Amino acid sequence: MIEVNKDNFEQEVLKADGLVVVDFWSEKCEPCKALMPSVHELAEKNAGRAKFCSLNIAGNKRLAISQKVLGLPTIAFYKNGEKVAELTKDFTIEDVEAKLNDLA
Amino acid sequence: MSDIYDLVILGGGPAGLAAGIYGARSRLKTAILQKGKPGGQAATTSDLENYPGFSRGTTGPELMGHMAKHAESFGAEIIQEEVVDLELNGDIKTLKGRSGKEYRAKTVILAPGAEPRTLDIKGEKAFRGKGVSYCATCDADFFEELDVVVVGNGDAAVEEAMYLTKFAETVTIIVIHDEGILDCNKASAELAFANPKIKWVWNSVLHEIKGDGLVESVLIKNIKTGEISEMQTNGVFFFVGTVPKTEILKGKVELNEQGYIITNDVMETSVPGVYAAGDARVKYLRQVITAASDGAIAAVAAEKYLAEEEGFKERVLNVKEPLMVAFWAPQNEDSIGAVSTLEKIASNKEGKVKLVKIDTYRNQRVAQRYDVKIIPSVLFFQNGQLLDRISGVFNEIDIIEKIANVFSET
Ligand SMILES: Cc1cc2nc3c(=O)[nH]c(=O)nc-3n(C[C@H](O)[C@H](O)[C@H](O)COP(=O)(O)OP(=O)(O)OC[C@H]3O[C@@H](n4cnc5c(N)ncnc54)[C@H](O)[C@@H]3O)c2cc1C
Repeated sequence: MIEVNKDNFEQEVLKADGLVVVDFWSEKCEPCKALMPSVHELAEKNAGRAKFCSLNIAGNKRLAISQKVLGLPTIAFYKNGEKVAELTKDFTIEDVEAKLNDLA
Repeated sequence: MSDIYDLVILGGGPAGLAAGIYGARSRLKTAILQKGKPGGQAATTSDLENYPGFSRGTTGPELMGHMAKHAESFGAEIIQEEVVDLELNGDIKTLKGRSGKEYRAKTVILAPGAEPRTLDIKGEKAFRGKGVSYCATCDADFFEELDVVVVGNGDAAVEEAMYLTKFAETVTIIVIHDEGILDCNKASAELAFANPKIKWVWNSVLHEIKGDGLVESVLIKNIKTGEISEMQTNGVFFFVGTVPKTEILKGKVELNEQGYIITNDVMETSVPGVYAAGDARVKYLRQVITAASDGAIAAVAAEKYLAEEEGFKERVLNVKEPLMVAFWAPQNEDSIGAVSTLEKIASNKEGKVKLVKIDTYRNQRVAQRYDVKIIPSVLFFQNGQLLDRISGVFNEIDIIEKIANVFSET
């Protein structure tokens, strides 16, 4: 997983080719932290198919809001810099995997 | 065949974790199946200041972290697993996980808890994660220097609104009641009234949430005048109560109309060996302390059930030889006399007919199953089958005749 923030988001996500998955989270979001190990596992399994990034919204709130993310947990999918899908609030790791398989 | 647990607990909120502590501590092989991290709803609130012994400044995640460690320290296994189906009838119950694994258990405690109620207001679903939230600790961060609306006025609503004021510029609480009337406790109400960041809209309900991608405004309806007004806001937090997470339990145990699990005061559900605890149960007060209390009671009841069922199976149902099963009670004089008569007969039979004594008070479930209404009662068993019985006081001859009739080969 690549740590993204307001300084490298443009480079790593918006200017990237192919599929990028961004996991928005924060230290205070318990459901986010519960989900995280399985997201990491998914990232490892699918290393060649998509780029996996995690974005801690602490210090990056404006960036998150610019991406129309205003709630956690949220996982957004970008293709060639365009947001193509998003999962927010009640979703499971299986939903993430299914979406990934759809898009990759 | 996989290992069979003595006790499997569905849900790792305060109810499930307390049940885990009590179960594992009485040496039951115990597993807690919990989707995601343990802690339940209690781990989603920042200030949790009314659990006895944990005073001001305690946070939900902190308290629940302690409870999870406490359960594990006695040997309860906390397994990250979402239960998707259950088979609860019979002696061995099966819980199926999303991972495909199956967990087998002699007793089950259902503690799935509850989740926030949704109101189905226009825009509520569409703006979820876009400004609409049910979890202040998850999302408060986003609203630094922004304005938010809170819907609801019970304990959770007012306490979470207070928490939101640490981040947001203003927190507007929409209250359905007349000015000054809140459903929350007095202490929280006083604090909220004194907080300059909190604004109030009385006699009103949320009518619609509007925006373009993210929440931009809400329509608020005054229920007295019918008037609808628009207010700019960046977020809407709903705290309007909860609904039980019992979808998968429909048709498995008895639920009430709202979907809460029906139990008696020892947490027994409609299915033998299956108990329920916590917010998912029909009850008066849904808090961490009562969830923990339910969990403790359910685990003790499950342990008693196991001891009784296993004991009866071992001593009576799995025995091939002829048995006299005496239901007695230490405080019942007649039954004490009866037991000594039976002991004498058994010793004369030199092991051909054995005596099993059942303390009726400790084995009410078994007594009820065999319809034992009078003490003393003697039930004659062979190969696990009930063949005949004598209810009430008897003399030696009655028993000897019965034995000769019932057990032909003796
Ligand atoms: C915002 C808020 C603030 C609160 N503040 C307080 C407070 O200050 N003091 C207080 O005493 N109480 C408070 N409460 C209430 C308290 O949190 C609940 O009463 C308590 O958590 C109920 O415990 P429970 O174990 O019954 O259920 P829950 O806490 O809901 O836990 C149930 C657990 O079961 C899991 N689960 C459900 N279904 C499955 C499944 N199929 N498979 C696997 N796992 C499953 C869930 O993921 C969850 O972790 C608050 C509640 C909220 C929402």
